[in-house]
Amino acid sequence: MASETVRKHPFHMVQPSPWPAVGTAAALTMVFGGVWFMKEGPIYLFLVGVALLFYASFCWWRDVVAEARSGVDHTDVVRHGLRMGMVLFIASEVMFFFAFFWAFFNSSLPLIARGANEVWPPAGVVPLETWSIPFLNTLILLTSGATVTYAHHALRQGNHARTAHGLLATIVLGATFTGFQAYEYVHASSKITAGIYGSTFYLATGFHGFHVLVGTCFLIVCWFRARARHFTPQAHVGFEAAAWYWHFVDVVWLFLFTCIYWWGNSGYTG
Amino acid sequence: MYIVLSMVGAILGGGMSFLIRLELMDPGLQLLHDQQFYNVLVTAHGFLMVFFVVMPAMIGGFGNWFVPLMIGAPDMAFPRMNNISFWLLAAAILLMVIAAFTQGGPGTGWFITTIFNMRAPGLTMHRMPLFVWAILVTAFLLLLAIPVLAGALTMLLTDRNFGTAFFKVAQGGDPILWQHLFWFFGHPEVYIIIIPAFGIISQVVSTFSKKPVFGYLGMAYAMVSIGFIGFIVWAHHMYTVGLNVDTRAYFIAATMVIAVPTGIKIFSWLATMWGGSIEFKTPMLFAIGFIWLFVMGGVTGVALANSGLDLAFHDTYFVVAHFHYVMAIAAVFGMFAAFYYWIGKMCGRQYSEVLGQIHFWLFFVGVNVLFFPQHFLGMAGMPRRIADYPDVYHGWNYISSIGSYITTGATLFFFFIVWRTFTAGEKAAANPWGEGATTLEWSVASPAPFHTHEDLPDMTGTQPAE
Repeated sequence: MASETVRKHPFHMVQPSPWPAVGTAAALTMVFGGVWFMKEGPIYLFLVGVALLFYASFCWWRDVVAEARSGVDHTDVVRHGLRMGMVLFIASEVMFFFAFFWAFFNSSLPLIARGANEVWPPAGVVPLETWSIPFLNTLILLTSGATVTYAHHALRQGNHARTAHGLLATIVLGATFTGFQAYEYVHASSKITAGIYGSTFYLATGFHGFHVLVGTCFLIVCWFRARARHFTPQAHVGFEAAAWYWHFVDVVWLFLFTCIYWWGNSGYTG
Repeated sequence: MYIVLSMVGAILGGGMSFLIRLELMDPGLQLLHDQQFYNVLVTAHGFLMVFFVVMPAMIGGFGNWFVPLMIGAPDMAFPRMNNISFWLLAAAILLMVIAAFTQGGPGTGWFITTIFNMRAPGLTMHRMPLFVWAILVTAFLLLLAIPVLAGALTMLLTDRNFGTAFFKVAQGGDPILWQHLFWFFGHPEVYIIIIPAFGIISQVVSTFSKKPVFGYLGMAYAMVSIGFIGFIVWAHHMYTVGLNVDTRAYFIAATMVIAVPTGIKIFSWLATMWGGSIEFKTPMLFAIGFIWLFVMGGVTGVALANSGLDLAFHDTYFVVAHFHYVMAIAAVFGMFAAFYYWIGKMCGRQYSEVLGQIHFWLFFVGVNVLFFPQHFLGMAGMPRRIADYPDVYHGWNYISSIGSYITTGATLFFFFIVWRTFTAGEKAAANPWGEGATTLEWSVASPAPFHTHEDLPDMTGTQPAE
């Protein structure tokens, strides 16, 4: 173990781990299964890949949590590095959504693209009502941003009970958001295959919904860890990463709401 | 490991290009009777060379090995992420070869973290070796460009399999959108390929001229500005799709601006050599070869930046010659320079100088005979991606194919040199290059030990690394 010898530098030299290789095998299974499914095959190989990937990620992060708990591996410098990694990951996620917003404006804004539709929403499309469930969801997500910040303040003061409460409130709000989103998808009149409006709408909001799910899982893990008293007022990188991710998801939603639901629906005359 | 993988990629990709040239040697279809298969070959050759040869070798191989060495850190940040990126790459090459169309490529956030967070005490940003700067810029480009490609590929996938309409005109979509998204990734991607080579060339030129790099800060910030401008010139690949005149005027101007920082780099390399006591060892030869190729490709690049000219040259062999000079072959020269420069440090054995120089001359003559005539073919109007051509193009095509024989021969010879180095190379000293080599990696034994800098070197108060 690295901790048994005297270390002359503040970095963490990790032990070899099987999870990267297992994760790759899982991803390969998933891709093969996905292609097979898209070529009219059965879906189970894809699902096996997804399950394996879950397992590998779980074990990988379980190891990281154990290393953090050992008290020697995650020095200040290492935690600084981990935080930086999370920020960069979020930056790359921003660019991912950038592509979908580009697709949206390229289809809806004739000012910037010749291929754009003259009328948006295109004729015959009945969009969702901006100021009903979408606006409610905006309020829900903004509130959840506040509750996660409440949890963070409680954590900095060393109040584990309040931290757990704040996290639980955030998780419930996130789940409520997902529930409303699912309800809307089921009841929406336009489908993803119904042309460019459905394509941009469902892919952008769908990927956002997926990120909300991931963020909720991340917060649930933090909730368990907060109840097990893993975090200290000084060192809680896992919590910070989850909170940052949650705020990122929140901000993406604000852009989605403003651009797609609000501005995008304002041309609807029917 | 990355370098071995990239050699496998090189054999596959290089073999494909050889097949392409064999087919193009004479008019008419001789070898490949299925034209679709010819296009599959061209596509696969490009993918393999870019994603599975240049990127793994430069970033995965040399970057992973020397960034920690040069900044005085024991290893990269996030080693397990690094590990999974290698395995994913291996999986992707497998998928690719069995023709399932996919994309891989190492994600590289940890380079940024390593460089910002794990520098040795006193090694400030402005003292970092230029290769480290190069990898830093490259990592930012990757971080911001790859997700856009991922988004675009997602849309393509749902269009093809789940009935969405992003790129389908009939349902209100727009095929030009694909081109925008692809090139928004694609143009930074060519800098991702070439910028590590800039860094390597700077180290090599300085070492063998026994002088510090001329205009160090200018060199570092030239790379940063090339990286930045790389994000705002994408539509110069799309002059022929009917963009309006103002848009094209903007992209012409922005594209020509790139010539300024690249010019700074070229002249700084020349100024570094000026008045230096130059030793023409193999890495230096490849570095000078790189500068020649890059200037050639750069000049044709400025010509192509004009949308008026580009309308005529679009999708001709002129473009093929341009990007092979400026990006593909130049990057390969950077890789060879890096190989000869650092192989002693990596495996503890030095290559044979005589064989290395023979390899350089064979390869240099080969690629020039191969690609130079393609300028003439392109100006005469020969289009890309077609397996056949009229008789008037026969002469230069024939010469170009002879160039590909020489290049292939030179590459086989290179594999022989690798084998000789491992089996019969002399033991390498910690610093085989003498006084010119001043960066940190030459201060440790050859081969470099596992988790090198266990004692952090103190860089406070030393000269800038170059």
